[in-house]
Amino acid sequence: MSSTRPVEVTNAMKRFGDTLALHDVGIRVDDAEILALVGPSGCGKSTLLRIVGGLESLDSGSVRLAGRLVDDGTTRLPPERRGIGLVFQEHALFPHLTVRSNVAFGIRDRSAVDQRRRVDEMLAVVSLPELGDRYPHELSGGERQRIALARALAPEPALMLFDEPFASLDRNLRVDLRRHVVDALRATGTAAVMVTHDQHEALAIGDRVAVMRSGRIVQTDTPSRVYHSPVDEFVAAFLDEASFLPIDQVDGTASTVLGGVGGVTSPTQRAMVRPDDLEFTDADTGIDVEVTAVEYRGMHWFAEVGLHDGTTMRALASHLHPPRVGDRGRIRLVAGHAQVPVEPVD
Amino acid sequence: MTITPDAPTDVGRDTSDSVDNVERQLGDRASRAGWPLLAIIVAVLVVVPVSLLAASILDPNVDVWRQQWRTRLPGQLVDTAVLLAGVAVGSLVLGCSLAWLVSAYRFPGSRWFAWLLIAPLAMPSYVLGFVTLSVIGFTGPIQGWWRDVFGDDAWFPPVRSMGGAIVVFTLVLYPYVFLLARAALSEQAGSAYDVARSLGAGPLEAARRVVLPLLRPALAAGVSIVMMETLTDFATVQYFGIDTVSVGVFRIWRGTFDRDAASEFATLVLVVALLVIGLERALRGRARFGEAGGAGARLERRRLTGGKAIGATAACSLVLLLSFGLPTAQLVSWAIDEATGPRGTPLVDRFVEFLQNSVILAVLTSTVCVIVALGVTNARRFSPGRTTGVATRMTAIGYAVPGPVVAIGVVLALVQLDDVLEWFGLGLPGVVATGSIVGLVYAYSVRFLAPGLNTIEAGLDQVPEAVTSSARSLGARPGTVARRIHLPLSRASILTGAVLVAVDSVKELPIALLLRPIGFDTLPVWTYNLASESRFEQAALPAIAIIVVALVPVAVLSRQLSLSADRR
Repeated sequence: MSSTRPVEVTNAMKRFGDTLALHDVGIRVDDAEILALVGPSGCGKSTLLRIVGGLESLDSGSVRLAGRLVDDGTTRLPPERRGIGLVFQEHALFPHLTVRSNVAFGIRDRSAVDQRRRVDEMLAVVSLPELGDRYPHELSGGERQRIALARALAPEPALMLFDEPFASLDRNLRVDLRRHVVDALRATGTAAVMVTHDQHEALAIGDRVAVMRSGRIVQTDTPSRVYHSPVDEFVAAFLDEASFLPIDQVDGTASTVLGGVGGVTSPTQRAMVRPDDLEFTDADTGIDVEVTAVEYRGMHWFAEVGLHDGTTMRALASHLHPPRVGDRGRIRLVAGHAQVPVEPVD
Repeated sequence: MTITPDAPTDVGRDTSDSVDNVERQLGDRASRAGWPLLAIIVAVLVVVPVSLLAASILDPNVDVWRQQWRTRLPGQLVDTAVLLAGVAVGSLVLGCSLAWLVSAYRFPGSRWFAWLLIAPLAMPSYVLGFVTLSVIGFTGPIQGWWRDVFGDDAWFPPVRSMGGAIVVFTLVLYPYVFLLARAALSEQAGSAYDVARSLGAGPLEAARRVVLPLLRPALAAGVSIVMMETLTDFATVQYFGIDTVSVGVFRIWRGTFDRDAASEFATLVLVVALLVIGLERALRGRARFGEAGGAGARLERRRLTGGKAIGATAACSLVLLLSFGLPTAQLVSWAIDEATGPRGTPLVDRFVEFLQNSVILAVLTSTVCVIVALGVTNARRFSPGRTTGVATRMTAIGYAVPGPVVAIGVVLALVQLDDVLEWFGLGLPGVVATGSIVGLVYAYSVRFLAPGLNTIEAGLDQVPEAVTSSARSLGARPGTVARRIHLPLSRASILTGAVLVAVDSVKELPIALLLRPIGFDTLPVWTYNLASESRFEQAALPAIAIIVVALVPVAVLSRQLSLSADRR
C-alpha cells in the first residue's frame, strides 16, 4: 500500500549530539491541505520541516513526497530534486537579482515567454504586479515576504514549507500577509506545512494543527478539536490561557467547584476551563471568588480570581464592569460551555 | 486523520522499499560526495609539507645535531628566545599604549592617528632594518657627526645589536597589537569601563582591573602574530648579526644544500612556533577573542589639553616618523640620487624584470588561493559537518607555520611526489622538485591560504543560510548555487581576499630566498641582496615598490575601520 499524499513522515528520529530533536515523529499532509506545526521553541518543529525539505537528513525513519521515498535515514534526495517550495522567516530573496529574476529563478529552464507569463501570474497572485523591476532592498518587509512566496510558488511545487514566515513582521502586516498566503495556496491547490510558535496563527491558518513538544508530536487534529479537546494539559495551556480544576468523582459522577464534568475517563484527569468559559454574575448560582490580579486587554479585562480553597482561575470580564484587585464577586460557567477533562503532563 | 502520540507511526507505513530501491531513487549520491572530498584534498595538500617536515625528526641525523649543539645551537636558542621576548614586550607596550591613547582621549590629530598608526604594517622589517643600520649605524652619517662633535671615543648605543633588532621589529610589528587592542577597546570596553567607574573605581584602577583583562584575548592574539612574524624572518636578524634558529635553517640550506639536515633543523623552528601558539592559548585563558562581543558602548573619549595634548600628539607622530615617515623619506632620496646618478639606467631595466617576477608569483598565488578558498568555503556550506569543518581549519595552519618550515616542507613534499610518480614511470622534470616556480607557488599558497580563506569565508557568511536553501529548493544544484548566488554576492570579499594574498606574496622574502629557481629574483630578494652588499641607493627603488604594494591592504583596512566607526 503506497499513498501519494504530498507528505508522509514516519518513525522520524533525529539526534544532534546529546539532544533528541525528533523522537518517533509521524506526520502526513493530504492534497491541498495546510498543516500548521506549532510548539514552543526548541521542540523540533523547524528540524522536522528542514528534514522534509531535504536540508537535514534523518537518522532513521522515512520521508515520502507524493509517495516517493526521499529519505530513509541512510540516503536522501537533495533539496533541488524534491520540487518543494520553501519560505523562511528571513525572506531570503537574492539581493543581486530583481524581483522578476528572483521569481523566475526556479523556472529558468522554461522558455523566455513562458517565464514572463508565469512571473506575471505569480506577481498577480501575491497582488504585487507592479514591483517586478525593483530590487529586494527597495521593498518593504511584507512585500519581500510576498515575493518570496511568489518565487517559491512559481515552479508549481506540490508542497510548500513555511518556517515562521511572519515572525519578523509587525502584527497588522502579519494578519494581512497570512490572508495572502492562504489565498495563494487555495488558489493554486498547493499543500503546505507551516511552522510557527504563534498558537493563534496556527489555529487561524491550519486545516489541521500538529502540536509538538520535546521532539514529539503530542496531538494532531483540527484547530477546534486541539483547542477544545486537548489531549493533555500541555496542549491545553500552550494553545491558550487555561485553568485546571481538580475533579471529584463520587459514585460515577464527576464534578468540580463549577459543577458537573462529562467524559471523564481516568482518575488523574483535571477539568480545563478557558477564560471565556467563565463569567462574573450577580446570580446565586456562581461561586464566591476574590480578584487577585487584573490586566486590561482592550476588548475585555482579564481577571485572575482566587477561590477560598486557594485555587486560582482566569476569567474574562467586560470592559463595562472593570474588575479591581480585592473585589469580591461570583463567577460561573457560561451557559452552553463545558469543562473538559484532560490528562496532566508527566 | 488524527495522529495520536500513542500510535504515531502506523500511518501508511510501507516496508516494501529496500535500500536498493532508495539508492536507485536517490541516484546522485556519489556526485554529492565531491564537496567534502574537495575540502579533504585541499587539507591534505596543505598539511603534507608540514607533516613530512615534522616526520623528518623521527630519524634524526645525530652527527648534525651534535655538531650544531657544539657550535651554534645554544647561542641560537638564546638569541631566538631573547629576540622573541623583547619584541613581544616591546610591541605589547607600544601597541597597547597607542591604542589606549587614540581610544580614550581626544587630542590634535587623534582621529588621523587612529588609522595612520597602522601604516608601519606596510614597512617590511628588512627594509627598516637596512635603512636604520645605514643611517644610524657605525658608518652612518649620524654617528659620524656624533664622533665629530664628541670625539672618536664618545659612547653611542650599539645599533647593530640585539637591542637594535628588537626596536626595529617592534616599530614595524606593533600595529598588530594596536589593531586588535583598538578593536577590542571600541567594541567592548566602553560599558565595562563606565560601570567600573560608576562602582567607584578611578580611571587607572578601572583600566587595570576591567579593561586590561577584557583586552587579554586580543592582546594574546596580537602578540602571537608579532612573535610569528619575528620568528619567520631571517633577513633582518642577519643584518643585525643575530643568530636565530631560522637563520640556522637558512645557513644549513644555503651552505650545504643538505636537505635532510635543513629539514631536521627546521623542525626546531616549528617547535618554537608551537610554543608561541601554546603561549597564546595560555595567555588567552578560557576567553575567546570577540566572544564578549555584543554592542557595548565605545569609550567616551576625553579631551586632552595643554601639555598633555601636545605630548600625545608628539608621541604618536614620533612613532609614525621613526617607523614609516623617515625611512620612507630616506629611501625616496636614495632612489632619486640613484636615478639621477651615472649608474641609473641599467638598474631600471632589471627593476622591470624583478617586478614582473613578483607580479607573476603574486597573481598565480592569489589565483590558486582564491579558487581553493572558494571550493572549501562552498563545501562547508553545502555539506556542513565535522569532515568539512576540520578540513577547513586544517587548510589555515600554513599561516601559523614560519616561512622556512613551509618552504622546506614543500620541497620534501615535491620530492616525495616525484618518487611516487617515478614509480608509475612518469617522473617530474628534475627542476620541479628542486627549484621551480611550481614549488614557489605551492609554498606561497600553503602559507597565505589563511588570509584569503578567512576573507572569503566572512563574505560567504554574509549570505544567509536561507538564501542557499531557497536556491536549492528552487531546483539549483550546488554548483549552480555557488556560481549564480554565492559568487556574485561575495564578489567584494573575494576581491579583498585576492588582494591580501597577492600583497603577502609580494612582500614574502624567506620562502623566496630558499626556494627560488636560479635566476628568478623577486623584488624582496633583490632588495635583500643589494642591502646585504650595502648598496642602499640601489636597494631603495625595489624597497619603495614593496612598500607601495603593501600599503594597499593597509588602505583597505583603514577604510573598513573608518566605515565601522561611522556606523556607530
